[in-house]
Amino acid sequence: MAVTDFTGARAPLTETVIRRFTLRRRMALAVPAVICAYFVYIFFAFDIAGIAARMRPDNAVILLSDFWSYKTHVTRDNRSGRLSVAIEGEAKGAYPEGQLPDWVMQTGDTTVIDLGGGNIVTYDAAGARYVVPGYGTIDIAPEDGKLRLTAPEPLPDWINASDNRVSVTTDAGRFAYTRSKVETFRYQPGRELFFFTLDSPFAGKGAGELAALALWGDRVDHARSNLGYMLSEFWNNRMWRHGDVAWAMFETVLMAFLGTMGAAVIALPLGFLAARNFMPLGPLRFAMRRVFDFIRGVDGLIWTIILSRAFGPGPMTGALAILLTDTGSFGKMFSEALENIDEKQVEGIRSTGASAVQRARFGVIPQVTPVLVSQVLYYLESNTRSATVIGAIVGGGIGLLLTQAIITQKDWEEVAYYMVLIVLMVMAMDSLSGWLRKKLIKG
Amino acid sequence: MVDIAFGPQGDKGPGPTNGRDAYLDLVRRRRMYGGILLVLFVALMASGFRLAESRNAGGFIDGLPQVFAFPSEVISEAWAKRAEVPGLIWAHVPSLIETINIAAVSTLAGGLAAMVLALLSTRGLSRWPRFTGVFRRMMDAFRAVPEIVIALVLIYLLGGGPVPAVIAIALHTSGALGKLFSEVAENADLKPVEGLTSVGATWGQKMWLGVIPQAAPNWLSYALLRFEINVRASAILGFVGEGGIGHDLKLAMQWGQGRYDEVVAIFLLLFLTIVAIDRLSDRAREKLVRGR
Repeated sequence: MAVTDFTGARAPLTETVIRRFTLRRRMALAVPAVICAYFVYIFFAFDIAGIAARMRPDNAVILLSDFWSYKTHVTRDNRSGRLSVAIEGEAKGAYPEGQLPDWVMQTGDTTVIDLGGGNIVTYDAAGARYVVPGYGTIDIAPEDGKLRLTAPEPLPDWINASDNRVSVTTDAGRFAYTRSKVETFRYQPGRELFFFTLDSPFAGKGAGELAALALWGDRVDHARSNLGYMLSEFWNNRMWRHGDVAWAMFETVLMAFLGTMGAAVIALPLGFLAARNFMPLGPLRFAMRRVFDFIRGVDGLIWTIILSRAFGPGPMTGALAILLTDTGSFGKMFSEALENIDEKQVEGIRSTGASAVQRARFGVIPQVTPVLVSQVLYYLESNTRSATVIGAIVGGGIGLLLTQAIITQKDWEEVAYYMVLIVLMVMAMDSLSGWLRKKLIKG
Repeated sequence: MVDIAFGPQGDKGPGPTNGRDAYLDLVRRRRMYGGILLVLFVALMASGFRLAESRNAGGFIDGLPQVFAFPSEVISEAWAKRAEVPGLIWAHVPSLIETINIAAVSTLAGGLAAMVLALLSTRGLSRWPRFTGVFRRMMDAFRAVPEIVIALVLIYLLGGGPVPAVIAIALHTSGALGKLFSEVAENADLKPVEGLTSVGATWGQKMWLGVIPQAAPNWLSYALLRFEINVRASAILGFVGEGGIGHDLKLAMQWGQGRYDEVVAIFLLLFLTIVAIDRLSDRAREKLVRGR
């Protein structure tokens, strides 16, 4: 019997094996070919070739230089003759009158700016001069409504001159002369005013000096201690807004926490209603599942828009949006977990005469807890990331600060700062949820 | 447990009453800890909610009746112009296709990168075993950066269009999938790899012929799940940044009062797409993981 079966099956068997092999071989070629074809289609659909034309490498340079350096604007208004020195050209970073940095010297109408490495810029009544080492002197003087440029010929391409505007870009800095004003930018590495702004009494002091002031120095402000004053000056730093940023980060984490945990609390009982082994009523179960599907299908984006119309901008709106979206996901996952439990333990509890609630509490919950906790913690971590995006839409948290900083397209040092903070926050939440998972499931 | 099972005849082991007391004590203590945790959790939730509410523009109770105000306003207006809705749906299909394309390309590219990263960061399979840690940290970093950050910066650098979103999502996908892929690859049977080693296969051949066939079904299932997530992400990125149906939605919303029929059309389109993709990928994943 067995032998005849074997011989009888042999021919078709080899045939099927060979057929499968050829099929496999064809698939192994076809799949990469399809993927390649799709990429080619995308290449044209997304106009990848046009990217090169639209790309703006100068923006990349600005972005990168802002990441590690800051610039100081030295500006003279050519009409009033007033000189202002401001970090990043912002009013909050302006040096007060008579307290210029040591590389700017002002005597009467003449201002001398030392950009370092022999680059000297001079503003005076006649106009402005820029001495570039190895090239010569660039002299600009206004003459009946036009600018007259005197510089060694031929003009190099880093000097850009027209009747109304002359700009010079060197490694040491940038210089621009227009009829209304003359500006020099000096780039320096670091993050200026990170601790104290210039109007603070602690600005420009070294770490040792500050420590001495905090520990035994005389009180700067008689009403409070130096340390407290320092902390409040740091917290309320107008340039970097440390207090606001800390609040924004906290709001983001809060949104994620409230949303995830609230969704878990709501979805747990609903999950029972949607699980086959706990809900004998078919139609109700079906309805519950469709509700979950609906919530998930409508998608976080739309819920966020609808909720922000009702509750206005802020972290609570974001939390509610996360809560609503995740209730759908959790409901589905919880009901699946509940359907996969081991019925024996429930029977054991039932045999002691336990009620339905007691059976759920002692027979079911201990079984599903590890699964649920690990899912909830995973979502908590991933929602910290989503909360940044949702914050950008509802207007709360670090996402809002980030999008605002990006939209102004000039405070890239702040963008970089926020990016680092966001990544650190997400990583912290990642390790926190990993730690909690270990503690709660194993311990 | 044993003590209780032996019951009240107690020379063996520690005293029975002792054991029972200890057990009850343990139970009581666990319950107490559980209770404390629960109270702490409730307190945290309540105070957190109060704080979030106080920093919100509108309060929870005030806003609650308005939750339905906006949808009903939108729907009633769209109902009045219901004849135009099918046409509007049709008009937005191209941008929907763009959104889906963004998700598909980024899932494909991110998935391919994740394959390489996963194999390089799995102990026992890596090409350079000494650098597994480096590749792992790399995936962690890719995962940690939210898509919106990369997308907005790239919009500034590359100009508009779908490419910034693709790069942002693909980068995140490679980190997220890489971790999952490497967990699957870790459980792969090493015997085929050993066999291939014995015939002098290169690293690429060992992976392509020995590991990937084993891991492929699970990898595909994870990739499909990711595709689903990426469709949502690409819609959101469109809303915040540029490209696809999210951007259309933002424009329609910003128009002020008169474009709610368009909003409804986009909502419907998005909803139907997400549900359809959800269903299809659910079905496909079931088939892949549970066997055909």
